Amino acid sequence: MIAASFRAHVRLVPLLLSVLFLAGCIPDGISFLTPAGPVADAQKEHLISITVISLIVVLPVLIGTPLIILRYRRKGGARYRPDWAYSGPLEALMWGVPVLIVGVLGWQLAKATYELDPTAVIAGDPPLEVQVVGLNWKWLFIYPEQGVAALNAMPMPEGRPVSLHLTSDTVMQSFMIGALGSQIYTMPGMETQLNLRADQVGQYRGVNTQFSGAGFDQQSFVAQVMTPEDFDDWVAAARSSGTALDAAAYTQLGQSSTPAEAAAMFAGTGAPAGSVWFSEVETGLFGSIIGKYMSAEGVADSDQTGSPSYQPVQSEGDVE
Amino acid sequence: MNLLGRMGWGDVVFEPALANPDSSDLIAAGAGGVVVLGAIVALYCLFHYRLWGVFWRGWLTSLDHKRIGIMYIAFAMIMLVRGVLEGVVMRAQQADGLDGGFLTSHHYGELFSTHGTIMIFFMAMPFLTGLINIIVPLQVGARDVSFPLLNALSLAFTAAGGALIMVSLVVGEFSTGGWTGYPPFTGVAFQPGVGPDYWIWSVALAGIGTTLSGINFVTTILKERAPGMTFARLPLFTWTAFTTSVLMVFALPPLTVATSLLALDRMAGFHFFTNDLGGNMMNFANLFWLFGHPEVYILILPAFGVFSEVFATFSGKKLYGYTSLVIATVVIAVLSFTVWVHHFFTMGQSANLNAIFGIATMTIGVPTGVKIYDWMATMYRGRVRMSVPMIYSVGFIMLFVIGGLTGIILANPTVDYQVHNTLFLVAHFHNMLIPGLLFGMLAGYTFWFPKVFGFQLDAFWGRIAAWGWIVGYSLTFFPLYAVGLMGMTRRTASYTIEAFQPWMLVSGLGALVVLGALVALGLQLWVSIRYRKALTVEGGDPWDGRTLEWSLPAPVPEWNFAHIPMVTARDDFWEKKRTATVDATPATYTDIALPRNSMLGPLFAVAATALGFGLIWYIWWMAALAAAVMPLAIIVRSFRTDIHRVIPADEVAAYDLAFRETRAALVPVGRDGEETVANRGRANREAFE
Repeated sequence: MIAASFRAHVRLVPLLLSVLFLAGCIPDGISFLTPAGPVADAQKEHLISITVISLIVVLPVLIGTPLIILRYRRKGGARYRPDWAYSGPLEALMWGVPVLIVGVLGWQLAKATYELDPTAVIAGDPPLEVQVVGLNWKWLFIYPEQGVAALNAMPMPEGRPVSLHLTSDTVMQSFMIGALGSQIYTMPGMETQLNLRADQVGQYRGVNTQFSGAGFDQQSFVAQVMTPEDFDDWVAAARSSGTALDAAAYTQLGQSSTPAEAAAMFAGTGAPAGSVWFSEVETGLFGSIIGKYMSAEGVADSDQTGSPSYQPVQSEGDVE
Repeated sequence: MNLLGRMGWGDVVFEPALANPDSSDLIAAGAGGVVVLGAIVALYCLFHYRLWGVFWRGWLTSLDHKRIGIMYIAFAMIMLVRGVLEGVVMRAQQADGLDGGFLTSHHYGELFSTHGTIMIFFMAMPFLTGLINIIVPLQVGARDVSFPLLNALSLAFTAAGGALIMVSLVVGEFSTGGWTGYPPFTGVAFQPGVGPDYWIWSVALAGIGTTLSGINFVTTILKERAPGMTFARLPLFTWTAFTTSVLMVFALPPLTVATSLLALDRMAGFHFFTNDLGGNMMNFANLFWLFGHPEVYILILPAFGVFSEVFATFSGKKLYGYTSLVIATVVIAVLSFTVWVHHFFTMGQSANLNAIFGIATMTIGVPTGVKIYDWMATMYRGRVRMSVPMIYSVGFIMLFVIGGLTGIILANPTVDYQVHNTLFLVAHFHNMLIPGLLFGMLAGYTFWFPKVFGFQLDAFWGRIAAWGWIVGYSLTFFPLYAVGLMGMTRRTASYTIEAFQPWMLVSGLGALVVLGALVALGLQLWVSIRYRKALTVEGGDPWDGRTLEWSLPAPVPEWNFAHIPMVTARDDFWEKKRTATVDATPATYTDIALPRNSMLGPLFAVAATALGFGLIWYIWWMAALAAAVMPLAIIVRSFRTDIHRVIPADEVAAYDLAFRETRAALVPVGRDGEETVANRGRANREAFE
């Protein structure tokens, strides 16, 4: 009876496992396992190939260890040679096979690292330039050619390479849109670069992966990939309905806030919930964000965006 | 002048819990309450049962390397309990974390920061330092480490760091900057409170202790070996202890520098890592990982040493590929200094640099793989007994190769660009550190416990604990690989994607199994102490051991070796058993000089804690006083000449002859009776027949 009930339970195991995997199936748009661009696609392929090649050294251990223990268990009666401690051919195999595999993997690694270098511009149309500023706890996207900006949403045209220049106006953050490609740190007073391309219209989740305080877990945004025509429409819409991103508005953004709190400060720009469209951007804003940390006078804590003691001096020009 | 620096009543953890509590405040106050209660109970027991004298003379002031080692391990286990509990709370938070949870993001930040700091600096490091302390002198045939007083001071610094991190539960708060403490987030502009200061000073003090330990162990292994104990005959555990100690000496200084510079930034207005005036956080990342990566091998190598001893002993066979294993150990140690950039492939450096460091990282896979194969070959043609240390070791092999696989994956910058800072990374390093380091330490604890205390640990609860760790680890951390690949960031208290939740629930369940395993470990100790008479192994050789330490009585007398042995083979004791020359009595005994007790250890522990506490809270008089006491105490002590105590030859002879007589009278036990009460510590000669 116990055996029968055990069998009945064992039959449940595959069912349970499949439920688990169904529940845990991968939603579109959040990771490189469902890639939507050439970089993420290559990364997924690379992951699979590394895993398969590495299994050559891993599988013998996973299979061999239980077999050895079974065969050479104390009461197993197998041959016992307590002084056997060296074998030349075995040594050659033990060192040789991993060396060969690391050789192959290393060659692959170098090739892939050069190919997917985040700073390398992706071939195709001239890239769309986007400047990214990490703030507590939201992302600001400035489109210098179009003269518009967006908070917590990154509209981008399908099929056209995008060239991102990133910095942070708070602590170090790390920028990633998993379904599109690589992640890169953003650091105050410095500029990093990232090149992406999206090949499918859709909504892709972007995040900050580097813990940066209380609102960190809400610091996500949407990369909105649209057709080039829709992108042009968006630029026009942002120009007409958005609010201006001037010094006063940027000062407001500098205060620590979650995306929802920040969006509430700039209501009515026509942007979806949690994001903001900006109709015009003060020229040179991105450069001045980086440049302010280069001054020989330093930046007082009360002027450091993201600092708990941030008390902007000129806040007279409130947007609302 | 404010005598309490910047401390106020509002900094005591119970204040917010009384004023206007939410669930986070209550949990914090509960944890603080446990610390206070624990301290009160401990003090009460010491005075009520009049244990203070024993505790002071026998333990706190003792310079015996075995007792210092035991104190290290006891300390590590207390911290293990706190670390596991924090882990369980974090798993519970993430299981409940879809759109919320019961902890604030700030409290979660404190939890992952203390969890990481504790597990690395106050669980793993003291555990392996304790094990090295106890075992290495016994394995090389020495009476103590080279510098017994320095040994006590190392423990004092480590304990002071641990004390600070416990105090942070009650007074003030801890950093939310993680165990790596990256500025500028840990800088004074972004965390003006005491949190990062607690992190800086607890880590800095522990780092000093570790550096001193490293110097001590390197010297001991170089200078204190018994005649005939050549480097080619060193047991593998001692070899790994040696390489780890060399790493300690060279890898800890960058950490000391990094934390000191950060402290200068915070306290004295310097700009090493600030956003402005030329500060650069990338320098911190480099300095920290210049320490941090060798640190990984400091942690793992001694565990590799334990596994080497365990596989040989419980297979009843010579260790396969001794030379390969030694070469692999040294190669790992050297390579460990060449890979630190892989902790921040995503910082924006050139593809050249990432490719070079990626390949260097993968290269470490070769010697590590060789080690795994060597251990498999050790079991091959052996007679494998699945005793408790062996369950840990086999569990280690099976799980560690999966962590190795994900390590190779992470070594590729292109894939790292995707999974860096996700739970994939968290799963990977727990995969290395739990089956690797912790299983190794627990295997070593079970393996050498009878040597140190004279009785075995209960095998029943030991098995439950070992399987609990294996199953619990797997359930907790394999789901994290899946959600990490899906892009779930680490250190996130709550999330909005429903697909993550089932994995988080399984992981939470796993955390409960791990908690069960921890309880089983506690029960194992309690049951074993209770039935210690029946579990006695006075013959000193319960596992049919191979190396010198098994030739000694259990527990080992404070002078270790009545007569310094003449080593003639790699597995010296095993060869002596084979030729039946174990019982040959030394011709003469001589007086043995041992270091006298010193109160410098406890004095330094108190002074270093006060120094750290004063610096954290800006209580300058306290910091200055503590900083003055330490060098003064060293100067005063250096004028003392009566630092040795002599054990007369007669006493040594009487003890040793009595032991040999007892051992000879014991019934030799076969390996079938190994984990039973029949095992009194004398092995029969079945391996040779």
